[in-house]
Amino acid sequence: MNFLDFEKPIAELEAKIEELRHLSNSDQINIAEEINRLQTKVDRLLRATYAKLTPWQKTQVARHPDRPHFSDYVARLIAEFTPLAGDRAFGDDPAIIGGLGRFRGRSVMVIGHEKGHDTDSRVRHNFGMARPEGYRKARRLMEMADRFGIPVLTLVDTAGAYPGVDAEARGQAEAIARSIEACLDLRVPILASIIGEGGSGGAIAIAAADCVLMLEHSIYSVISPEGCASILWRNGDSTKDAAEALRLTAQDLHKLGAIDEIVPEPLGGAHHNPTAQIDSLGEYIERNLAELLPRDGGVLRARRREKFLAIGKNGLG
Amino acid sequence: MSWLTNFVRPKIQSLVRPREVPENLWDKCPQCGNMIYRRDLEKSLYVCPHCGHHLRLPAKNRLAMLFDEGKHQRIELPKTPVDPLRFRDSKRYTDRLKEAQAKSGEQDALIVAHGRIGGVAAVVAVFDFDFMGGSMGMAVGDGLIAAAELAVLQEAALIVVPASGGARMQEGVLSLMQLARTTVAVDKVKERRLPYVVLLTDPTTGGVSASFAMLGDIHIAEPGAQIGFAGTRVIETTIREKLPDGFQRAEYLLEHGMVDMVVPRAQLRDTLARILGILRHRGPAGEVLSLVPQTGAADAEPGH
Ligand SMILES: [Zn+2]
Repeated sequence: MNFLDFEKPIAELEAKIEELRHLSNSDQINIAEEINRLQTKVDRLLRATYAKLTPWQKTQVARHPDRPHFSDYVARLIAEFTPLAGDRAFGDDPAIIGGLGRFRGRSVMVIGHEKGHDTDSRVRHNFGMARPEGYRKARRLMEMADRFGIPVLTLVDTAGAYPGVDAEARGQAEAIARSIEACLDLRVPILASIIGEGGSGGAIAIAAADCVLMLEHSIYSVISPEGCASILWRNGDSTKDAAEALRLTAQDLHKLGAIDEIVPEPLGGAHHNPTAQIDSLGEYIERNLAELLPRDGGVLRARRREKFLAIGKNGLG
Repeated sequence: MSWLTNFVRPKIQSLVRPREVPENLWDKCPQCGNMIYRRDLEKSLYVCPHCGHHLRLPAKNRLAMLFDEGKHQRIELPKTPVDPLRFRDSKRYTDRLKEAQAKSGEQDALIVAHGRIGGVAAVVAVFDFDFMGGSMGMAVGDGLIAAAELAVLQEAALIVVPASGGARMQEGVLSLMQLARTTVAVDKVKERRLPYVVLLTDPTTGGVSASFAMLGDIHIAEPGAQIGFAGTRVIETTIREKLPDGFQRAEYLLEHGMVDMVVPRAQLRDTLARILGILRHRGPAGEVLSLVPQTGAADAEPGH
């Protein structure tokens, strides 16, 4: 398990618990009691820490390497998952995965960013930073879902679209714009879940949805706190101030009307209990999907468009 | 809708004339370094007479050059909530806004007007780069939505002229939401089969390029304009190498299939008029062409 800076006191306690568990020879009862005592302390500390995470701490949690990623959600929530590759123009982009499957028995199209979980897979998936091919694949799959009356589920987890010469040469901006347009044009339900980082255009490309869910400690922003600090404060030391000012937490975004619902995270964040997190997101998706499915396609599309036109009229309230 | 009543109310036709420019004002061409008298610059539509470099054209001059005889009517844009995030960096966002408003005399970075181009009814939305880098927040998004709705109402073409570094960071995620909002706006025009033309000027980057600016029926770019998604500095630090010459310039986008044409400023109006005339089935004199063959036309048709 990787620990974040502010989790250090918790990490030390957990290390102590681990140590005690391996001391099996001496007084069993006393050890069990001590473990219990320490565990209570850990829980209390976790609860206290996670109840008042700062926006910058949430940014770190949202980027935590042990946080469940696209593939973890798909493995547990989607049956018969059948990945579909390629944009039919240039190539396949493993930074965005998409495919057909069944969610609680119902046919769905699943599309999302995959960051990878170790060095090899991170490189293969380009750390979840997609090129134009990724967005063009997303658009192709959305259009296919539309023709077959299959709802679209997206999982958003990206630092942003890949800033590279090749990506620009092949029209990164156009690819993102068309993907946003495809989301807004669907006559089937589209549900987006921000499971980690929602980085700018690369995120909204697959998140212009009927219903946007966001995990409690995820972030969603027009620019990273680091990028914002370097442009507006002209130094890297103001990253925390930028994270604060950008209002990138699920709580602020909900007040601003940019997202629809916050999905609570297990004690200590999604990375402390990935299966519980995946299952609870599944419940939220199921409930919202059940609400959207009976609606007429034209009504869905019109409401989605009106929803976005109305965003931002009330500020932070 | 308040802005609807605002522009429907008759207003004084504003004929924009070039302002009187003091004789001693001169500018330096950022490309060749030669000095140019401001009066010459105004006359040449801000194209350097020495090297042909296209300098940034002020938004008001842009409106004057695009419409027939420069005649157009500005529309009042809807009032938008100010500083929704209560954002502050080294300065308050509200102070930055006030400064930009005082300097430009405008409310925000977008100006919308309607009139005729080559006789075709057109709504033109122009970005003002001098207003906080032409960045797009709620006000610009609302302005584009108003422009699109006006185009639909008037059955006019929509021409958008971006000059923008992208989304306005000081409005956080709400600036990001403009990517979706402006996409809905221009799609309303396209759904009605009205022409939507994007005139890409320097610069068109970030969130602006990744939404309405890349969704036109026709993309016309000005020579040398920077157009792209990621900033060149970000790319350089990511790939740790120098960028190729001409990277993200209009000509580079033409070569890569992202724009239909690169057109020098002096020919822009005529090009636009020609395209709109053809798309709207209007003759050169502005009359509607008949698609029904005249009597005897069938006999005159050559055999296959
Ligand atoms: Zn020059």
